[in-house]
Amino acid sequence: MVPPELRYTKDHEWVRVEGDTATVGVTAYAAEQLGDVVFVELPDAGRSLEQHATFGVVESVKAVSDLFAPITGEVAEVNAALAGSPELVNSDPYGTGWMIRVRVADAGQVDELLDAAVYEQLISEG
Amino acid sequence: MTDTEALPLHETALIDVHRRLGARLIEFGGWLMPVQYAGILEEHRAVRERAGLFDLSHMGELHVEGSAAGDALAAAVVTDPRALAVGRAHYSMICAPDGGIIDDLIIYRLAEDRFLVVANAGNAAIVSDELAARLHGWSAVLDDRSLATSLVAIQGPAAAGVLAPLTDIDLSALRYYAIAEGHVAGIPALVARTGYTGEDGFELFVDWDRGPEAWDALEAAGRGAGVAPSGLGARDTLRLEAGMPLYGNDLDRGTNPFEAGLGRVVKLQKPGAFVGREALARVARDGVAKRLVGLTVTGRGIARHGHPVLRDGRRTGVVTSGTHSPTLGRAIALAYVAPADGEPGTILDVEIRGQRVSAEVVPMPFYRRHPRTDG
Repeated sequence: MVPPELRYTKDHEWVRVEGDTATVGVTAYAAEQLGDVVFVELPDAGRSLEQHATFGVVESVKAVSDLFAPITGEVAEVNAALAGSPELVNSDPYGTGWMIRVRVADAGQVDELLDAAVYEQLISEG
Repeated sequence: MTDTEALPLHETALIDVHRRLGARLIEFGGWLMPVQYAGILEEHRAVRERAGLFDLSHMGELHVEGSAAGDALAAAVVTDPRALAVGRAHYSMICAPDGGIIDDLIIYRLAEDRFLVVANAGNAAIVSDELAARLHGWSAVLDDRSLATSLVAIQGPAAAGVLAPLTDIDLSALRYYAIAEGHVAGIPALVARTGYTGEDGFELFVDWDRGPEAWDALEAAGRGAGVAPSGLGARDTLRLEAGMPLYGNDLDRGTNPFEAGLGRVVKLQKPGAFVGREALARVARDGVAKRLVGLTVTGRGIARHGHPVLRDGRRTGVVTSGTHSPTLGRAIALAYVAPADGEPGTILDVEIRGQRVSAEVVPMPFYRRHPRTDG
């Protein structure tokens, strides 16, 4: 079950929109596929992100995966807790395992993200 | 997933066991193998603190037998298997004439005229062919029993306690790098006190069909002791902490044993010629162009295979294995660097995705287990 109130990307990121801010993380499915996350590299606050461009890296013991910006915007806040506790990505991917907050530049991009039902369908197809 | 060449993968006799246990399966060395069950960190910890159970049936088991088996092997590999007492084993390598490593091996002496050579899965066929060719003309024959042998390992401080009640072999008399023939849970087995984790442990060679039985017996006996089914992911972090090289990452045809820091394995003075001797004697005399060192990453990031290594901005080498060390809680790596840059304490940089991250050359291994206290 994926949280119904969030929006998703095909790259297995989730987006929670509150006002003009979007919180971004990776889905439980992505975390499970990665395995034990041991390192997360995130941009500094203030950096501008282009939709679809890589904004960071998440590494498990074995695998290295890029993080792709789901929308265009400026990084407003970074989850500093992940530097010391990257395992939060596995244990609480939709909560304390969040990665960045972005100021939404184009609300239309948010509307084009996948809704929970479509994302659920996507991961059930493997 | 992108579609690559769909070669049919070998499956071990334990494939249904892995599926039952919910393993994630990956391709490794031409085999479909479990990379993890509960998770790499948990399995790693289990092996360090209790014990882990591994299916290693993808490894190659090559039996060499005959009145000249010892002499023939001594001419084929860099060690001198004739020096092994019956029931003992050593680490060895088979090299090309130019000294490049074809594979690293464990050679067990099962009898006066009978040896077991264990090769890496991805190289088993190559080593089998190469050994067969090198045995030609000697009174020795090669019997490739790779697809007739299941190999199950139990590794960790609790391993001896779990295995002892199941076997008629006296484990207290079975030393490190020794092997004995007997039974485990009634199954005929060769039991070796060897492994690739840096812990005490055992490797059990049984007939292919008896693999699942041997696994089930160990799993059941180990349940109370917290023995965890463990995959290739944990095997990799365990061996890397123990400073053990992995063929294909840290060793290959373009590398010789001296560069890998394994020059002591090469017995240049043994009687008789062996393949690679002239080239290796030259390396021993003239020195190496690169050397394998251990690095701990002191900056933020994880060094991985292929990342460049720099000293003061000048490229000195490349990372060949790197991971997050679960025991040390930091990133560790093996890298080839210029010999002058390989002294412990040297500060280097690893280039991780274009960023220079500080690292320090450290003595190997990264992790050493506490000595056994059971005598």
